[in-house]
Amino acid sequence: MKLNKLTMAIAAGAVSLTVSVAQADVNPAVVYDKAGKFDKSFNEAVYNGVKRFTADTGISVREVEPTNDAQVEQGLKKLAKRGSSPIVAVGFSQANAVSAAAQAYPDSKFTLIDMVVPEANVQNVVFRAQEGSFLVGALAAMKSETGTVGYIGAMDIPLLAVFGCGYEQGAKHINANINVLHSFIGSTGAAFANPSKGGEVARSQFESGADVVFAAAGSSGVGVIQTAADMGKLAIGVDSNQNYLQPGTVLTSMVKRVGEAAYQSYAAEQNGTWKPGFVSMGLAEGGVDWALDEHNRGLVTADMEAKVNALKAAIIAGELSVHDYMSDNTCNY
Amino acid sequence: MNRENRITWINRLLLPVLNVLTAFAVTAVVFWLIDVNPLEAAEILLYGAFGYEEGIGYTIYYTTNFIFTGLAVAVAFHAGLFNIGGEGQAYIGGLGAGLAIFMLDPTLGAWLFIPASIIGALLFGALWALIPAYLQAYRGSHIVITTIMFNFLAASLMVYLMVHVLREMGQMTPQSELFPTNAWMPFVHDVAAGMGYSIEASPLNLSVLLALVCAVAVWFFLWQTRWGYAIRATGKNSTAAVYGGIKPKRVIIVAMCISGALAGLVSINELVGYQHRLVMDFHLGYGFGGIAVALMGRNHPVGIIVAALLFGTLYQGGAELAFEMSGVSRDIVVVMQGLVILFCGALEYMYRPWLIRTLAPVAQQISAAGVTV
Amino acid sequence: MTMKKFAIELTDIDKRFGAVHANNKVCLQVTEGNIHGIIGENGAGKSTLMSILYGFYQADAGQIDVLGNTYIFTDSHHAIAAGIGMVHQHFMLVENFTVLENVILGTEGGALLAHGLAAARKELTRLGEEYGLKVDLDATIDTLSVGLQQRVEILKALYKGAKILILDEPTGVLTPQETAELFRIFSTLKQQGVTIMLITHKLREIMSITDQVSVMRAGQMVAHRNTCDTDREELAELMVGRKVLLSVDKGAANVRAPLMRVSRLTVVDSQGVERLKDVSFELRAGEVLGVAGVSGNGQTELLEALAGIIPITQGHIEVLGMEMDDKHPLTPDILRGLGLAHVPEDRHRMGLITDFSASESALLGYHTDANINSGVWLSKAKVDANCQQLMQAFDVRPADPQLKSANFSGGNQQKLILAREMERNPEVLLIGQPTRGVDIGAIEFIHQRIIAMRDAGKAVLLVSVELEEIMSVSDRIIVLCDGAISGRINAEDADERTLGMMMANALDPIDPLQAMNDAKSSSNRTAQELDL
Repeated sequence: MKLNKLTMAIAAGAVSLTVSVAQADVNPAVVYDKAGKFDKSFNEAVYNGVKRFTADTGISVREVEPTNDAQVEQGLKKLAKRGSSPIVAVGFSQANAVSAAAQAYPDSKFTLIDMVVPEANVQNVVFRAQEGSFLVGALAAMKSETGTVGYIGAMDIPLLAVFGCGYEQGAKHINANINVLHSFIGSTGAAFANPSKGGEVARSQFESGADVVFAAAGSSGVGVIQTAADMGKLAIGVDSNQNYLQPGTVLTSMVKRVGEAAYQSYAAEQNGTWKPGFVSMGLAEGGVDWALDEHNRGLVTADMEAKVNALKAAIIAGELSVHDYMSDNTCNY
Repeated sequence: MNRENRITWINRLLLPVLNVLTAFAVTAVVFWLIDVNPLEAAEILLYGAFGYEEGIGYTIYYTTNFIFTGLAVAVAFHAGLFNIGGEGQAYIGGLGAGLAIFMLDPTLGAWLFIPASIIGALLFGALWALIPAYLQAYRGSHIVITTIMFNFLAASLMVYLMVHVLREMGQMTPQSELFPTNAWMPFVHDVAAGMGYSIEASPLNLSVLLALVCAVAVWFFLWQTRWGYAIRATGKNSTAAVYGGIKPKRVIIVAMCISGALAGLVSINELVGYQHRLVMDFHLGYGFGGIAVALMGRNHPVGIIVAALLFGTLYQGGAELAFEMSGVSRDIVVVMQGLVILFCGALEYMYRPWLIRTLAPVAQQISAAGVTV
Repeated sequence: MTMKKFAIELTDIDKRFGAVHANNKVCLQVTEGNIHGIIGENGAGKSTLMSILYGFYQADAGQIDVLGNTYIFTDSHHAIAAGIGMVHQHFMLVENFTVLENVILGTEGGALLAHGLAAARKELTRLGEEYGLKVDLDATIDTLSVGLQQRVEILKALYKGAKILILDEPTGVLTPQETAELFRIFSTLKQQGVTIMLITHKLREIMSITDQVSVMRAGQMVAHRNTCDTDREELAELMVGRKVLLSVDKGAANVRAPLMRVSRLTVVDSQGVERLKDVSFELRAGEVLGVAGVSGNGQTELLEALAGIIPITQGHIEVLGMEMDDKHPLTPDILRGLGLAHVPEDRHRMGLITDFSASESALLGYHTDANINSGVWLSKAKVDANCQQLMQAFDVRPADPQLKSANFSGGNQQKLILAREMERNPEVLLIGQPTRGVDIGAIEFIHQRIIAMRDAGKAVLLVSVELEEIMSVSDRIIVLCDGAISGRINAEDADERTLGMMMANALDPIDPLQAMNDAKSSSNRTAQELDL
């Protein structure tokens, strides 16, 4: 531990000697979601981006892990007060707090991930998860032999309905008669971290005839993938590339690059290009994607790959539009 | 001082203090093991909790929640019931407060809104406790099982309502629209500013006064009224209570409803006082924390206030610690709370035989002196 | 033979608990092979002394010699090794173990049971024959009667090599017949050279079985007597410190109209066991009706059913102008309002709340009384005044309403309950085991108060396992056996043998012929009783 600190200090010292001459001083910070930074999913993806930034630049990032709503606002304000900027706020639940902190510290810069608040010093990064979900849904429909595919969300909230809705559209785009099952693991934040419950829900979907299941459920998805492997079915990973978890079982992963968002925000500040406002990251920006690597190569035929990439190109080109559930809170497309 | 008084004194004061100190000593060892200087950590913790106005505000703000849930657990406990459902009752209490506010015309004055939200929180919290109470009294379902199940039911119900019914249009977060400003429980810093004092802003609001009023009311109810007598008699010895003409079923219902109502008031501090809208999971941790607070506070309002302050300090000071020291993760706060609960709860009487033995000769001298004087 | 050595010699044993001087320079010499009685009121220090002798407590000062050797016991194992065995008032047996398993508990002799069991069986058979302690070694404890369980406890002590047996109130739970059997066993043990120390408050037993008797009062040993040189009156006076009237002084009863009429009362408990069967009787103003029986034969259920605490299954009760049956129960608070008071059998389980202060315990059953409440407020001053007044009326000591109920002696707790129930001048008084665990001095007082109630024209139902008490206080007696009335007798016609026979019905296996006769005669009897 002490050794670590020492190395960091030396590294930081070296950086300040060499790099800081050319680039602007940044004092970055991040406030994680209440789930904590080691949640094996969303927050951890941000953490990996943060880590990568530190490794690349030698600049350490101040981290705060709040345990309740009051601490979120408290942490944001305190970071702003100490001169941290930009401050990345992870997750939709920090919106109110970011709004309050941005008003209290108009000179500080905030980057909010997955949500939008209309403040002059806030950069809002949202992901068009429906686009990536559409692609994996299409792939699921191509792969399915039973004509039934499944979607498992951690809980019944709009953010996750976006995934389910995009997935369904993609599947129906390939096969208009396909049957798409929707299930939820739980009703609290704990549903994002309950692999055994995830496994149970997956089992019930497989038993109802589904042969490909897409889980948007944080670390609960690991249980879904495990169950698919046990039952000889297929699963689709989420957020990070999870193909490696069960090669031959994970058909693909819907990658949502939240870590990239944090990294970009810091880097932009460093380069003096950080701008407030609205940043939407979809297929075109590389914010979401489908994952193809050596672990799922055997599952995806060249024909399927070509079709998915064609759809991706169509979406990027604007020829194919994917409905955003949150635009009207319905899934009518 | 006779033997009984001496033991009471040891039980009430000396033991909890010793237990808390032991918990801190063990925490210090844990800090030392992870390369954190315990003294420095203690300084940061205490400074964070009491060193500046904002910190004090946060500490008392958390304390307020723990007073409500601690009192809730204590009232049920005096009736011999273990109410683990404080979480769910607080959550549903929030629904009651929110509905009361949304049902009223937003132009009405605070004098109407605040009492209405309090009544809403009380009623809904009580209602959420009433069902397990009924099942215990008339169907024999164990209250521990039913209240814990009702925590899950509350979570599911609130998710459904927040996502599908109460969510503000166009909002991704499952949260309601903002309460009208008239309905906000005033912040202490605003009240102080109104009186000409300037203090740092914090979430601390006038709910803390409500918590203190509740503590006095609980004391009065339990020890100064016939209903409190009936509750305590049932809790201490239900057979004797039946003999005394007390109806245990009624006692279960009454005690649980009061308990649930008190837990429901957490939402006044959290929602009406600070977040100013219905949000998800505002209650997490306070219901269960209340059990530890009641346990440490010996189920007496004065003890509960003291124990709640300790927990509020750990919450705020611990957050400060995690913020200031990179080697300390936020989980260390949970470890500290766990140790406090372990030593004050599970190992409550660890020092008792030793203390009584050590203090016996001293007390004898005192009592002998008392006789001769 | 006259120069026998001492089995136990205690010299200047001193023990303090805080301010309480429980044993004050106690000396005791118990001759080997004798039966030695120890008597004293509650709190006199008997239990402390025995606990010191058995290694539960350590004396602050003094010396213990057992069979000529000096010991310091810090643990009961030391006492057992020295040859002391103790039979507690509450048996220390595992209910679902067999007799054999219980006896070897703690001395299994190795990890595998079989060897130890076989050796123990042989030894126990020998002991059983030698001392006349016959018991089925393979029966499980819960199938044995209380008397047999006690026998197992004695066997256990002997098996562990006890040469000196201490028995704490051994006859409290026994029928007269079982008591006689126990005393026969004592004689056999004595012949075999075992020394017995008998702790009791029953003077009659002391007189009939012991060789010597020592009397304790207020932590001190006040007298040693050869039993043949003393009598009950002297012992009672030594215990209490003043002259005590052992018999109850009462005039003829002036019986008036019935205040309670119980018809064919049947109570089935939640396990489906019939606790009371077809019980009918009348309770009239101006009389004391005694209910005798071995503990556990339906007395508890009778009291609780009459007081509205447990539901009636069949039959009905008329009390003070109201009626109750299975469909129309009356709750304890309603009955109390009608003028029915109830002193429960078990003061710790029901009569008071041990964690409450005396003033709060003195409120049990009356906490809604308008005299104590003003609005929502339970007036503390009035609560304390009420308690103070009750304490004065019944001489409860210490007269401190703030003292925790648990910290009063048994007798004073009982007086507080009696005061609470009697001072409100009820019409009907149900009273269970009024003098259980109560000192002789207080017994005299309690009996006088019961008679005073009767003479004031109240109806008293007295449940007691003490036959002497039943016979001396009651005017009429009914005997409960296995939940049914097995006998009715006027007090002046009753003697211990007759009552014992009536009570013992239940203990014998039921003879089918006898049972048929009983059933016939009881149906005849019910008809007669109803017009009593």
